[in-house]
Amino acid sequence: MRRLLITLLVFIALGVAGFFVFTDPRVVSPGAAVGTLPAPDIENGKLLFAAGGCASCHATPGQDDKTRLGGGLVLDSPFGKFHVPNISPHTRDGIGNWGTADFIQAMTAGVSPSGQHYYPAFPYTSYRLMPPKAVADLLAYIRTLPSVEGRAPGHELGFPYNIRRAVGGWKLLFFDGTPFKADPSKSEEWNRGAYLVNGPGHCAECHSSRNQFGAIVQAMRFAGGPDPEGKGWVPNITQAEGGLGKWSKSEIAELLKSGFTPSFDSVGGTMSAVVRNMAQLSDADRLAMAEYLKSLPAVQGPPRPQKAAGG
Amino acid sequence: MLRTAFVALGLAVGVSAVLAQANPIAERRDTMKAVGAATRDGAAMAKGEAPFDAAKAQAVFKAYGDAARKMPGLYPDTAKTGGETTAAPKIWEDQAGFKAAFAKFEGDAGKGAAATDLAGFRTAFGDATKNCGGCHETYRIKK
Repeated sequence: MRRLLITLLVFIALGVAGFFVFTDPRVVSPGAAVGTLPAPDIENGKLLFAAGGCASCHATPGQDDKTRLGGGLVLDSPFGKFHVPNISPHTRDGIGNWGTADFIQAMTAGVSPSGQHYYPAFPYTSYRLMPPKAVADLLAYIRTLPSVEGRAPGHELGFPYNIRRAVGGWKLLFFDGTPFKADPSKSEEWNRGAYLVNGPGHCAECHSSRNQFGAIVQAMRFAGGPDPEGKGWVPNITQAEGGLGKWSKSEIAELLKSGFTPSFDSVGGTMSAVVRNMAQLSDADRLAMAEYLKSLPAVQGPPRPQKAAGG
Repeated sequence: MLRTAFVALGLAVGVSAVLAQANPIAERRDTMKAVGAATRDGAAMAKGEAPFDAAKAQAVFKAYGDAARKMPGLYPDTAKTGGETTAAPKIWEDQAGFKAAFAKFEGDAGKGAAATDLAGFRTAFGDATKNCGGCHETYRIKK
């Protein structure tokens, strides 16, 4: 009996130790080795800032100036409320003290400068495709923006999601930390589009359904699903019947520029902000995204709930 | 005889008014479809895919103005959900803002009436259609 108890304790101790080792940010998502980078290209950083939709989450709500990144927006999720942090260049409340390596680690590994995991509400799961040079350019641009005082409150998440360390386990299961690799069998335009859509654009983060752990169901990537932030349904953007199958490449590029669908409906909800961001890209980049989207095989998303009866 | 005819006519008008009111969700969808159709014509001219036609341009802005005046009345408390509506609850939480958005749309559409050449049309059309995304962002859920 006593021996059994000891054995049990040993196993528990091993389990706890294992949890700590395998959820350690340094083990789960080691920072990318950053060699010397050329001088940052602020214009490219500005473009990536638009493509990445940074301001859509990090600009403080209720202000017209979208370059004041004081945070404070609340993202409602099935796991609780995420309060978006300040990423302005403020040295105390923002990311003014961060080095380039810190920012690259945050963007591509989801680890903070103090070595904590970030929740994947911050889409480093997509941004990780960006090469170190691009991330450094983005930081250089953010450093030119106004410094904003103030911090957002902490996240309000239910147990066990409030244990940050557990994100390490999540990363082991669901996080692919590899950078973007071009497909040499495809055109340069297609590769540019694939990079913009999957990387900075992080389109799949909303246009896919998620499993009970909040990870994208890869088999139904881009096939739409319930809006993770609230009411409604995010459309399928694969070549499926109810998706973009009947849309031409230029129609997709037009939507990203003006917000108009081929039937001249105007997209709304959070896609309005996405369109404002994508409108800042070049026509060539929007066409590249469309080229890539036109190549996505038709995939059916989760079934939509029955329409409510009239009245 | 004449009186009967008048009564019948009056009844018919009354009934159709009631019918129109009976399904505000369908009516607002049709109204928005008309806006979409006008935008299709406008966009073709603005992009140079169709020749500029002053009468057509006026028709675009008239359609916008008509819709802007009609729409705010099509959201009674009884038509919050149902059908395939994508109306956001925000419409009923913020009626003042919702009506102000249509007033602005109507104003921008009105400015288009002064446009007589392609350059003026492009500016006015651009300003008027900026209202679409702005309003949909706040008052419509994803579909």
